[in-house]
Amino acid sequence: MRTVDGKGNIIVAEPGLKVLIAGGASDAHTWNLVYLELLLQEAGHRTVNIGPCVSGDLLAAECRRHKPDLVAVGTVNGHGHRDGLEMIAALRADPALAGLPAVIGGKLDVAGVVDADEVARLIAAGYRAVFADGDTAAFLELLAALAGGRVPERAPERAR
Amino acid sequence: MSVRWRRADELCADQPRADQGSAAQPHAARRPRADQLAAERPAPAPPSAPSFGAFVAAASAAGHLVVQPRMGFSDPAVMRLGLQRTKYAAARAVGTITLDSYTRLGEHAAARRALAAGDRLNGYPIVDHRLQDTRAMLDGIVDATFPVQVRHGSARPERIIRAVAAAGLDATEGGPVSYCLPYGRTPLSESIDCWARSCELLADLVPPPRLPHVETFGGCLLGQLCPPGLLVALSLLEGLFFTQHGIASVSLSYAQQTDPVQDEHAIRALRRLAAEFLPPEVDLHVVVYTYMGVFPASDRGARRLLEESARLAVRAGAQRLIVKTAAESRRIPTIEENVRALEWAGATAAAEAGPVPAPARPVDGDAGRDDPDDAHAVYDEARAFVEAVLDLDADVGRALLAAFGRGYLDVPYCLHPDNAGRSRSTLDGGGRLRWSAVGAMPVRPARIPGPGRPEMSSDQLLKALRAVADKFDH
Repeated sequence: MRTVDGKGNIIVAEPGLKVLIAGGASDAHTWNLVYLELLLQEAGHRTVNIGPCVSGDLLAAECRRHKPDLVAVGTVNGHGHRDGLEMIAALRADPALAGLPAVIGGKLDVAGVVDADEVARLIAAGYRAVFADGDTAAFLELLAALAGGRVPERAPERAR
Repeated sequence: MSVRWRRADELCADQPRADQGSAAQPHAARRPRADQLAAERPAPAPPSAPSFGAFVAAASAAGHLVVQPRMGFSDPAVMRLGLQRTKYAAARAVGTITLDSYTRLGEHAAARRALAAGDRLNGYPIVDHRLQDTRAMLDGIVDATFPVQVRHGSARPERIIRAVAAAGLDATEGGPVSYCLPYGRTPLSESIDCWARSCELLADLVPPPRLPHVETFGGCLLGQLCPPGLLVALSLLEGLFFTQHGIASVSLSYAQQTDPVQDEHAIRALRRLAAEFLPPEVDLHVVVYTYMGVFPASDRGARRLLEESARLAVRAGAQRLIVKTAAESRRIPTIEENVRALEWAGATAAAEAGPVPAPARPVDGDAGRDDPDDAHAVYDEARAFVEAVLDLDADVGRALLAAFGRGYLDVPYCLHPDNAGRSRSTLDGGGRLRWSAVGAMPVRPARIPGPGRPEMSSDQLLKALRAVADKFDH
């Protein structure tokens, strides 16, 4: 990505967003995280995939270390809603990470059902968006918007 | 040896761990748990109980493939019923007690809370049930005609091993690599030390004439998309690790993959390597797992995949098969569904079996008959892995750790922090698993013709993960 700043300097940056991918603390599944990694790379983003069973504290430490542009939490087989709340709380508790955008998606509870109250709680806790399992188009749309500097003010309501 | 013992002991000690949360302590004093009683009260051995390995050897000599379910229930009465139904299934069956995920993760406080609340767990919490309840559950079930194995998935299994021995059982499953890399973030070095200690514990706590048995999970790993050469090598290396830590009866696993011919070569390669690398006095057999990846959704597809695994086991000279059921793609199967799968697999195996049963260790010229190019490819690749690892250290545990550190072993698509993550695999046009990238491993990537390869795209990954299910549902 090349941009020109106010003084006419050309700034060359690495392309796309740097996305940190993580699975929830109660979820040992990884194929979903591998899939996300490939999907994001194909869309021109860079990825740091820290794998499954990530606690809030570990997530915050890895974000301080890798300084991503976005955190993507993927969950399919655990208590995704509960894990997700703990993870976003750990990010928001750290002033250095408080503004870091984060999204969550997958199967958010054991039954694989996402209800509107859960989505609202996750958004209220600080997630930029909550994606239903398989809604990769909406996810990529949001990433493209973030990468272009056009950050949507409100999260897309996709998860009904 | 004493140095390794101390190190492992410290790591596995029954202290609450940072990752278990603070709720782990208070319960222990109230009632003795199964693992705490192990040392004081040696379990009464069932009369003339043969070892797990001896049972399989006898069945095999009589021309039977031993079949086994994946089965675990938190309620002792249901667990007992499941074992009973397995025992009296119309097949040469052994029993399984699969443990729950709290026990796998060492979250015993959570397991006890769930038991106290009457919640159903996803397996049998052998550490947190009272020992007398577990013994009563097994009473009259485990005997000379029906050995039972405990399957758990833990990278730090010391407490489980104590509970297994206290209950009068002597067979389990796992491995320092295969129960670590797929299941979370336990450091590999810690898993290796805990598994060394646990094997030695089992050998100590199970008195003769019973013979403790450990099966490798290394022939499965993540379940899908690992080329057979690496599965075979890890299964062999974990078996060798067990023998270095006092286990004199082992089984080597191999999980059915995408292609029956490639799988047959892999199992033959595993048997040949076992003959070459395991001490000859070690009791040995080979166990096949019915496909462990995304399972066909239709009953017919699931049954055909099970049948194919049973025929594979017989054709390639394996002695035991762990089955999957028709319900596999939807939910945890019932006892009845498991019994049907055992009987179906047993009948399929009997129809496939020739007059002469295969020995666990192959005789000359048994390393693959058809397709000479591929027959030796799996063996050569597996042997390259095994030699590269064993060249690093005479102690298999240290050699495995060094090999992962250098990327000589590198499980494709495995995100564990101690896995190099530079290897990639793919399915070739014929449906066989190939390396598309090998990182620092001592093998070559496949030359795969055609456009769009060798890099796996996200779309291809989904297709590859579903390839077996789609083929059998079709």
